[in-house]
Amino acid sequence: MQEILDIAGRSAERAEVFRVTSVRTPVQFEANRLKQIQTKESVSVALRLVKDGKMGFAQASGNIRPADLVSMALETSQFGYQVNFDFPSLRSFEEVAVFDPQVEHIGIDGMIGLGQAVIDAVCANTSGILCEGSISRGTATFEIASTGGGHASCKRTNFSISMDGMLVRDGDILYVGDIRSSCRPILDSSPVAGEIIRQLDLARNNAPIKSGNMPVIFTPFGVAGCLLSPLISAFNGKTVLDGASPLKDKKNMVVFDSGLSMSDDPTIPYQPGSTPFDDEGMPARRNTLIDHGKVVQFYYDLHTAALAGSSSTGNGGRSGGMPSPSIHALVIEGGKASQADMIKDMKEGLIIEQMMGADQGNILNGDFSGNVLLGYKVDHGEISGRVKDTMVSGNVYQLLKEVLAIGSDSRWIAGYVDTPSIYCTAIAVAAK
Amino acid sequence: MPMQNRLLSVIRGLKADYIEVRLDESQSSRLFYRGERLEEAGRTASTGGCVRALVKGGWGFASFNSLDRLSESAALAVEQATHVGKGQSEFSPTQAIIDTVEAEYIKNPLEVPLSTKKSILDEYNRIMLEMPGIQTTSIGYGDIKKKVTFASSDGSYIEQSRIDLNLRLSAIASRDGNVQQVGLSVGSKGDFSTVEGLQEKVRGIAQRAVAMLSAAEVKGGTYTVVLDPVLAGVFVHEAFGHLSEADHIYENPQMRDIMVLGRRFGGQHLNIVDGAAVPGLRGSYKYDDEGTPASKTYLIKEGVLNSRLHSRETAARMGEKPTGNARAINYTYPPIVRMTNTYIEPGSTTFNDMISGINEGVYAKDWYGGTTSLEMFTFSAGEAYMIRDGKIAEMIRPVVLSGNVFTTLHNIDAIGDDLDMNQGGGCGKAGQSPLPVSNGSPHIRIQNCLVGGK
Repeated sequence: MQEILDIAGRSAERAEVFRVTSVRTPVQFEANRLKQIQTKESVSVALRLVKDGKMGFAQASGNIRPADLVSMALETSQFGYQVNFDFPSLRSFEEVAVFDPQVEHIGIDGMIGLGQAVIDAVCANTSGILCEGSISRGTATFEIASTGGGHASCKRTNFSISMDGMLVRDGDILYVGDIRSSCRPILDSSPVAGEIIRQLDLARNNAPIKSGNMPVIFTPFGVAGCLLSPLISAFNGKTVLDGASPLKDKKNMVVFDSGLSMSDDPTIPYQPGSTPFDDEGMPARRNTLIDHGKVVQFYYDLHTAALAGSSSTGNGGRSGGMPSPSIHALVIEGGKASQADMIKDMKEGLIIEQMMGADQGNILNGDFSGNVLLGYKVDHGEISGRVKDTMVSGNVYQLLKEVLAIGSDSRWIAGYVDTPSIYCTAIAVAAK
Repeated sequence: MPMQNRLLSVIRGLKADYIEVRLDESQSSRLFYRGERLEEAGRTASTGGCVRALVKGGWGFASFNSLDRLSESAALAVEQATHVGKGQSEFSPTQAIIDTVEAEYIKNPLEVPLSTKKSILDEYNRIMLEMPGIQTTSIGYGDIKKKVTFASSDGSYIEQSRIDLNLRLSAIASRDGNVQQVGLSVGSKGDFSTVEGLQEKVRGIAQRAVAMLSAAEVKGGTYTVVLDPVLAGVFVHEAFGHLSEADHIYENPQMRDIMVLGRRFGGQHLNIVDGAAVPGLRGSYKYDDEGTPASKTYLIKEGVLNSRLHSRETAARMGEKPTGNARAINYTYPPIVRMTNTYIEPGSTTFNDMISGINEGVYAKDWYGGTTSLEMFTFSAGEAYMIRDGKIAEMIRPVVLSGNVFTTLHNIDAIGDDLDMNQGGGCGKAGQSPLPVSNGSPHIRIQNCLVGGK
């Protein structure tokens, strides 16, 4: 890294190198059986440099000569934006626990055993079901260094269990599934099996549903799948800066139900989204986005913050290119209502677990529309069965303006969202 | 041929039922705008490779960045496969192929200077931003040249190079907290002129984004729906293409019953094709990532299930022939069964005949996205209008449509004469996204199609 900085420093005013080194080992199951073991090693390096006040960018995976990387970045700097921020010069960060050496010591046979245990439990509950999924462990090292003296380094472990079940009857396919992940080994896979079996039990029979408006409970999976993409987009400092966020002029205003509070929190120990610093070497911190219904702040990286006359909130994230404002781990505060109480409260309604196509609508406006891949009909306070061939449409801002209840059933989804169920007044249902 | 000898000698030194090595080398460039700002002008170089091994029905896979790791990775892949394999390997044989395929191009994007690319995009951006009512824009352009070197225990050694490029533009209009967007996607296998001369189309999306601010939302329910060739292409990809991928079927006895060859899925007029051997499209190639020559496959012929898409493993397990559809997005993934160029063959209905009998329906155009759970699927339009009394009527907000594979294909009651291929999309499956594919169709009419709305 130092060599790249040294070479870049000869032609550019400033430079920053970001390097990720990782090894990941997924053990994959297909059709209820162990199918494949993989080992993926990867090294990638990204260079940002400032030449004549303008940003240049190049990245490489695999072997590349430092001089080649620098010349690629110099070439792009002719077209780059005018840089109005400094690369951070920080060298120490508050510690966040994201590394557990035990992850590297979980053997392949242990991982196989965890997966097979889920499959055995699910198959014992429902014959004919076929499970597919993976148990994965990995270690990644993140390093950032800049010519301004900034240096950040962090080693992170990850362990995850994901399993889907597919039950086919002629003219009917049912999907169920669960995913859990952590920076520590997950030594007990029975909660994954339990969640899959819960979904199977609720979806055993199909229930009729008619078009119309009705109350709806989004389960934690449902919240993560339907409601969060529009909010993540609307709180993004870049969307706000561009004037494309419905919340752009709503800061400090109450826009959501007073029971709703949401933060981005990368400081929770051993959560996969946690980190001591963001992908630009800024300290990562807990940021409240919604406090009891009030819009508190938007999230920024360095570049966007400089353009907006704001400061970075430690949300510079990279997903294949230059940093941009990114969420680490969203936490929606849990409420008091149990899921059972919410269901009991419904005369006629819908529970949404999984949606298909929710992200294909006009997310910017808060709209979503999709097919209920896994959802249940409620009649007179009881679940009457699974709904099929059912479309729902709604707008996140209308749905969350006033909600009927927020659940006490918070859980993490895939390690990046922690949310309870949310019980909303009405959603438009279109059914055959 | 030092590389050929090196790879084949590594393979020969190991014991497995099948081994393959793939090496990737790629260079790509990317331009990304948000509103007036060019947010990213970047270049990427990537090298890496992987080894996949099959032992007694079990697979091992190891990927690496440095060729120094080749021997170790190969040994690891075999060790992993041996750990998994408890049965018998089934893998269709193929003849050994030694070939070099150069990248095809008409106007090579790699020879177009970055400054030219930027000035073209600057002009499109200006056209959109100057339109009254447009709040902001987003533009993403990328091109990539990639060389894949493949060697296998069959004795094959294939070098294939390809050039791919794509452009996505979005115009975003905003008024009183209402935000609407319209996009345009184009792509091609090695012809930069695809992204040139789009001024009128770009002006069109900006106009539509503004018009959409005042458009009403459709009432949810079932409608007679007419799809334009672009959206019908997405429809055929989601509605039937994925279900034709044999890896969803081969290990599932119930799915094998459902997808039995000869089963009727649609009317006599319905013919659905997939094939990388269809030349000149984004999903075209000569050999897949298992060294199988590309083919053209009739998935549905005259309404009846005719064939499906295979890798060498799924073909062997189902006693059918490999179709050359095993593709990997890059060296960090093993190949899986994927689509290539998927389309509905043209029929004979004119557009006017298609809409003339519809009292109230929806005309849905262009795409925003699509997804499937094999049985049920959704696909979303980028542009939509009501059809009233046989005529195209008012614009409505874009719609998300949904179907069920057991009924929706039967409900196609008219197929147009105007086949067009959409090259602007990419396909995602099992974490491998976006894979270059193309899809297309003529205009089609679907009865009783579920449309989401208020």
